[in-house]
Amino acid sequence: MSSTFDKVADIIAETCDIPRENIKPESHAINDLEIDSLDFLDIAFAIDKTFGIKLPLEQWTQEVNDGKATTDQYFVLRNLSEQIDKLVAAKGA
Amino acid sequence: MQLEYFQMIDRVVEIDVGARRIRVVCTVPQQSTVFEGHFPGYPLMPGVLLIECMAQTTGWLISVLGGFVAMPILAGVKEAKFRSPVFPGNLLEFEGHVQHEGSGYAIGQCAGRHDGKVVCEADLTYRIMPYPTPQFRQVLFDWAERIDIAVKEFAK
Repeated sequence: MSSTFDKVADIIAETCDIPRENIKPESHAINDLEIDSLDFLDIAFAIDKTFGIKLPLEQWTQEVNDGKATTDQYFVLRNLSEQIDKLVAAKGA
Repeated sequence: MQLEYFQMIDRVVEIDVGARRIRVVCTVPQQSTVFEGHFPGYPLMPGVLLIECMAQTTGWLISVLGGFVAMPILAGVKEAKFRSPVFPGNLLEFEGHVQHEGSGYAIGQCAGRHDGKVVCEADLTYRIMPYPTPQFRQVLFDWAERIDIAVKEFAK
């Protein structure tokens, strides 16, 4: 069974036409992979669908804008995958 | 339909909140300055304006489903297809569907028909943004009521 990171990386590779081997757990979706906000909506949709969750993008954006979080916390893929795992676990609880 | 004012929808016929579907109708005007250029002597509804029809149809549904607390802004159009020409005087019916309501965005589809035959279709992506001002929200409320959306029933 593939890990959450593998599934996310596959989604990004397919959605944004980025070579799969360039997508690593430490990659930052915006700073390293240069994914813009519009493309990230497609990724969010694919993640929502794949995992049956709703990524709280508005909340994350607000936290970053308010200085309460950094983009690394949500957009470094290792961290994004952890957030997804938490959301999936919360859904099943 | 008033093309010059981007009033694409004449009337909302049905909104099914549970099924997340909307059905609207509109008639392409016989006369419009748009047809003076598109095309001289051969008036043809521009495909970009059919996209606007589809965007408004599913956009109104997103507004309804969200309780009119924020507005959908068209952000992406995929798989747009124009299957038959549309001419002045044609009565069109559009059916929109919301596939997914994400956080700050929504994904939907829409198709337009003339005489029961599909003339256009597209997949649509919207950002959900705050209304720029309370006054603008009221402008959209008034617009929605003019096309038979029961705003008071849906607005939160």
